[in-house]
Amino acid sequence: MVEWTDFERSTIQDIFSRIEYGVVGPAALARCLVVYPWTQRYFGSFGNLYNADAIKGNPMISKHGTTIMHGLDRAVKNMDDIINTYTELSVLHSEKLHVDPDNFKLLADCLTIVVAAQLGKEFTGEVQAAFQKFLAMVVSALGRQYH
Amino acid sequence: MLSNTEKVLIAEIWESLTPVAEEIGADALLRMFACFPGSKTYFSHFDISRGSPHLLSHGKKIVLALAEGSKDISQLTVTLTPLQIMHAYQLRIDPTNFKLLSHCMLVALSCHMRDDFTAVAHAAMDKYLSAFAAVLSEKYR
Repeated sequence: MVEWTDFERSTIQDIFSRIEYGVVGPAALARCLVVYPWTQRYFGSFGNLYNADAIKGNPMISKHGTTIMHGLDRAVKNMDDIINTYTELSVLHSEKLHVDPDNFKLLADCLTIVVAAQLGKEFTGEVQAAFQKFLAMVVSALGRQYH
Repeated sequence: MLSNTEKVLIAEIWESLTPVAEEIGADALLRMFACFPGSKTYFSHFDISRGSPHLLSHGKKIVLALAEGSKDISQLTVTLTPLQIMHAYQLRIDPTNFKLLSHCMLVALSCHMRDDFTAVAHAAMDKYLSAFAAVLSEKYR
C-alpha cells in the first residue's frame, strides 16, 4: 500500500492541473518513438513514422498521446488505489496489445522530460521525485496483470 | 550508434552549456539525490545541500568532463582513461548509478533548454551519455 505525503499529493494534483493533456501527451509519445525507435513496433498501423518530423506531425500519434494522458488522469483522481484503477488496462496491454511492460518506463521517462521542459525551474528535484514516484506506481500497476 | 550530425549536435550543446557547467551539474546531482536516495551513499564525505561549494564544484567537474568527451566522441576511450581508472579502482561506484545520473542530467538539460531540448537532441544526448557511462565502467572487471 503506497503512502503519499501531503507534498506528493499536492504536487501531482498541481502538475496535472497545469499541463495541457493535448500538448504534453502527443509530445511525450512522439518523443518516445524518436528516442527509443524500437517502440515504433507497436504503431505499425499508425502511418508515417519515418522521421522525427513525421512522428511529431502524425495525427494518430497525437490522438493516442492525448488518450494516454486521460488514462493517467484516472490515477491522478485515484491516487490511493492506482493498482485497481488499472486492472483492465493492464489486461488490455498484456493480452490484446502485447506490449512489453519495460516500454511503460520509457514512456514515463519521456513524459518526465516533457513536463520538465514545460515547468522549467519549478520542476525541482523534489517535484521530480514526486512525479517519478507517481509514474512508477502507474507503470507497476499497468504491468501487474501480465502472466 | 551516433551519426555525424548527432556528434556535432552534442558537441554544440555541451559547448553552449560550459559557461553554466556548475549550475547544470549541481542541478543534475541534486535531482539524483532527491529521486534516488541510494545514490547519496557515495557522498557521505560531502556537503550535498543545495548551493554547497562541494556540490557546485563536483557538478562542474562532471559537466566539464562530458563537454570534453563530446569534442571528439570517437576518442572517448582515450580521453576518459584517467576517469576510467579512478572509477574502477578508487570510487567503485556501482554502474547502475550512471544510468540514474544520466536520466537526471537529461531532465536538467530539459529544464534549462526547454523547447530547444528537442526529441532529436534528447535521443542524441541519451546515446552519448550511455556511451560515456559504458566507457567509464570499462575497467571495472
